[in-house]
Amino acid sequence: MRRRQGLALIAAAALAVGLSACGSDEPSGPSGPGGPGGFEGRGPITLASGKDTTGTMQAQLDRWNAEHPDEKVTLIELPESADEQRRLFIQNAQSKSEAYTVLNMDVIWTAEFAANQWIDELPADQFPLDQMIPAVVESGKYFNRLYAVPYNTNAGLLFYRKDLLDKVGAQPPKTWDEMKSICDKVKALPEAAGIGCYAGQFDKYEGLTVNFSEAVDSAGGQVVDSEGKPTVNTEEAKKGLQFLVDGFASGMIPQEAITYKEEEGRRAFQDGKLIFHRQWPYQWVLANQTDGSSKVAGKFGVAPLPGLNGPGRSTLGGANLAISKFAKNKATALDFIKWFSNPENARQNMQANSLAPVYSDLYEDSALLEKFPYLTALKESLSTARARPRVVYYGDTTAAIQENAYAAITKAKTVDQALADMQKQLEEVTSRK
Amino acid sequence: MTTTTAAPPDQKKTLSPAAPRRGRRAGVGRLAVFLLSPTLLALALVVGYPVLAALRLSLEVTAERINPVTGFRETSTSFGLDNYTRIFSGDTGDRFFNAFWNTTTFTVAGVAIETVLGVAMALIMHKAFRGRSLVRASILVPWAIPTAISALLWRWIFNVDGVANDILGTKVLWTTEGFQAWLAVLIADTWKTAPFIGLLVLAGLQIIPADVYEAARVDGASAWRTFWRITLPLVKPALVVAVLFRILDVLRMFDLPFVLIGVRKESVETLSMLAQYEMSNLRFGPAAAYAIVLFVYIAVVAFAFVRLLGADVVGRGMGRQR
Repeated sequence: MRRRQGLALIAAAALAVGLSACGSDEPSGPSGPGGPGGFEGRGPITLASGKDTTGTMQAQLDRWNAEHPDEKVTLIELPESADEQRRLFIQNAQSKSEAYTVLNMDVIWTAEFAANQWIDELPADQFPLDQMIPAVVESGKYFNRLYAVPYNTNAGLLFYRKDLLDKVGAQPPKTWDEMKSICDKVKALPEAAGIGCYAGQFDKYEGLTVNFSEAVDSAGGQVVDSEGKPTVNTEEAKKGLQFLVDGFASGMIPQEAITYKEEEGRRAFQDGKLIFHRQWPYQWVLANQTDGSSKVAGKFGVAPLPGLNGPGRSTLGGANLAISKFAKNKATALDFIKWFSNPENARQNMQANSLAPVYSDLYEDSALLEKFPYLTALKESLSTARARPRVVYYGDTTAAIQENAYAAITKAKTVDQALADMQKQLEEVTSRK
Repeated sequence: MTTTTAAPPDQKKTLSPAAPRRGRRAGVGRLAVFLLSPTLLALALVVGYPVLAALRLSLEVTAERINPVTGFRETSTSFGLDNYTRIFSGDTGDRFFNAFWNTTTFTVAGVAIETVLGVAMALIMHKAFRGRSLVRASILVPWAIPTAISALLWRWIFNVDGVANDILGTKVLWTTEGFQAWLAVLIADTWKTAPFIGLLVLAGLQIIPADVYEAARVDGASAWRTFWRITLPLVKPALVVAVLFRILDVLRMFDLPFVLIGVRKESVETLSMLAQYEMSNLRFGPAAAYAIVLFVYIAVVAFAFVRLLGADVVGRGMGRQR
């Protein structure tokens, strides 16, 4: 009996050790890029995308499926949070799974996914890249090769309560000081008692990186310069962060805004609790709903963001489409993303869900401008928008920014200390060559 | 496990049924091994192999660089203790000790409160009254809800405009850094798991014979003395096992602070969250190192608990009082 037990144990241990030795490292070093590979195979594919907050994606896919019954596209909806989507994409790539064919990726992930060879290089000449906004095309490139084709873009807008500003006879502010003085005047009105002045996205997540870099850019500084070197310890960056810190300290930004992501802020704006709200354009359609969910329907307008000494700069958001390296039916996938991102669909998308299109001429179309008055403000915002750092180790970069910006806003660190720490951490990340 | 008593030698010779009895016992032993080996094999694969693989992974030090020509990430691995030394030093060291402190305070405070509440619930459930089975079923509902769902539930409750602030009449920012985030996680965890202790203690209570209580009543013991001197010692085996399980669970806690409060918030960051963060950035060596450190911490705590309090995890029964 003892011998049997002993043998069983030895067998189990040997099995365990043997299997653990089987875990080999991935062979390091790729075999060079050499241009986009062949896209072969036709058949059903999947589109993995974050939660469709607009509710219009399935209708578009149904149109493709009607015309291509043998090459149907199935929508796989991922969680709303960008971090969760990234985690699932990485899991899919690490297990070399075929589950996701086309990835609807945030613009900040292109470098990471391309460097890790999880997405295929795309043939740049087969896409109408010259019709797109240049800054947006850059967001899909890595080492000058196209890895993801732009699907929609995004820039921050200042949503403001037009009815309240009209009552005090004010125009949308172009500088931070103008915004503060308008707030003081509006708060003196009897119907605006207790209203908050300004809010953005300040919880500890990617939205804070966006708001922080907008504050820095709008004060005349940069988070990273044109060569990718961090420059957050400059005077301008300090003024940008000081705007946010002082905003919380003085009550211009309500205290609960520290818990706001996009949806919490939208709820506050729609409930009439904010005069100014920095938000992505998708809020336009939702805040104008007349079904009772929004108390501010028809009472608000949009303008480009204000800055320190003049108009501010927004941070570029958006989504690009890429093809997973481990998927099947890549010929279908390539045709699908060409169709999904073409100008015709972009026009229809914009009318359905107020997401910002990537084609420059759509912003000149007078019929669209009339129907969507926010397009003028959006175009202005996009023309000066700046992208976030395009680095492979984006996870660590955004963590460094979030840690220190959040610490400064919650008074855990002084502004100088926070920026010094941020500079040190960003230099460490960008020096990993 | 059967207890064997060695019969005196001369008695073995005279008793004829002794020989086939020994043979059958030996055959039972062989059969037991044969029947248990699939389970042992499954355990070795599901429990033993991952632990060994994690240990091996934690010793892998990965050096990586971005190829300046192709832009692709290239990695090379060697073996060493760098992952461990990095945990305990510098900035990551501060974060590690903060997470260690959070994990420990959650465990101590959480399990203490859960034990008191759980025993109270068990005493209530033990009394025979109308609707007792309904009360028993409904007390278990929090335990039945998956932790991530209950974390979402509590996140809504602890929203700035949520029910908690309404009832308290305050505007506490529950999900931001600070003591209130720690408290929010503690409340959510206690709500969910006090029923678990209640259930296990209830099982222990039902074994106590009723005449013990009758004797206490005849002797004139007050309710408190009865509880403290009779109920608690008799229920101790079940209670200690329940507390041990809860301690091990809270030491591993990940999903509640992750969903309720968020990532990288130092008021609630626990050791498992550190491992998950490293993994999400594809640093599997350091992630495995954190996991092994947590594993050692839990093993030490469990061992100390079993030794000190005699937790009856293998079912020796109440006969063996230590």
